[in-house]
Amino acid sequence: MKRIEAIALAAKAAQGQNALLICNIGFPSRELYAVQDRSENFYMLGSMGLASSIGLGLALARPERRVIVLDGDGAVLMNLGTLATIAHQAPENYLLVILDNCCYGSTGSQPTCTCLGTDLEKVAKGAGVASARTAANAEDLGLALEGNGVVIAKVEPGNADVPVISLSPREILTKFMGAALSTVSNQSMRQA
Amino acid sequence: MDPTLAVFRGLKRAGIDFAASVPCVNLQQLLTMVSDDSGIIHVPVTREEEGVGVCAGAWMGGRRPVLLMQNSGLGNSINALASLDFLYKIPLLMIISHRGCEGEPIVGQVPMGRLTPGLLEAMQISHFSPAPVQAEETVAWAWSLAAAERKPVAVLLDLQFWRGR
Repeated sequence: MKRIEAIALAAKAAQGQNALLICNIGFPSRELYAVQDRSENFYMLGSMGLASSIGLGLALARPERRVIVLDGDGAVLMNLGTLATIAHQAPENYLLVILDNCCYGSTGSQPTCTCLGTDLEKVAKGAGVASARTAANAEDLGLALEGNGVVIAKVEPGNADVPVISLSPREILTKFMGAALSTVSNQSMRQA
Repeated sequence: MDPTLAVFRGLKRAGIDFAASVPCVNLQQLLTMVSDDSGIIHVPVTREEEGVGVCAGAWMGGRRPVLLMQNSGLGNSINALASLDFLYKIPLLMIISHRGCEGEPIVGQVPMGRLTPGLLEAMQISHFSPAPVQAEETVAWAWSLAAAERKPVAVLLDLQFWRGR
């Protein structure tokens, strides 16, 4: 499976689930922007390693909203403690998808430790994540996208030929927060 | 005024309802109070940079976040403060136990302790060091500044503060 195909599957699932989608810096965000731009997408432009943490904070802040995070193997290796924090908090509305292409794809495809045998599913399980599994193909990933916890999606190295994101940080944040918070006010209106 | 209670009251006055934390011995009572408060979601994190990310997500979800930390963790947070909080204009209140100052018993705390105010200034992060009697007001005001200007703001609390001076 190509990474952009995995991203397209996740984007479709997120739309179907009305989920908020946090996406890692670099080509993954560009690929997501190209395949399915939604206000519910947050495109990271910096702070490599923190997609899973941003998504966790959001999921805990808004337990009524489903949150999906698209992260990378290199980025997760940079912030491995996040797996322990996710295990400790274990929000039911949170799914971390680690797109594992065994390399730093946005900087010239230098190998990561997953290329050398580091198994992020075992790392996640060792950190205490109750639901951690590996998706080897599109069918596995489709099923995993219905669940929570952590899924490692094995994808091929390589980036799609997609343009840079034409939104400013302010535009990304304004659109995203409009989407993230509007449902909250709609829900409270329904309750009132 | 008990210094811990003054900080806690400041957090409550600011409407802080979300906290990420990495411990310091001087924060231990505050961490217990935050954990015990049903109006605050408390997320212990493994390092401070992770806390910057968790707090940013919480703010995007409508919460008022605080990061409780020791100044030794400032170094690992700098990129996140710059390329997440500054870049997107995300507010954050940082309550920082400032080690390595006058009276510090652990020599390893001294270098980072001396560098901390200069690092914050280089990053153009406003920082305040109130006495316990002013701490409630300063903490509440620091959040107001962070929220109004959409940026991180730090309250630096040194050993003298925790001794009630």
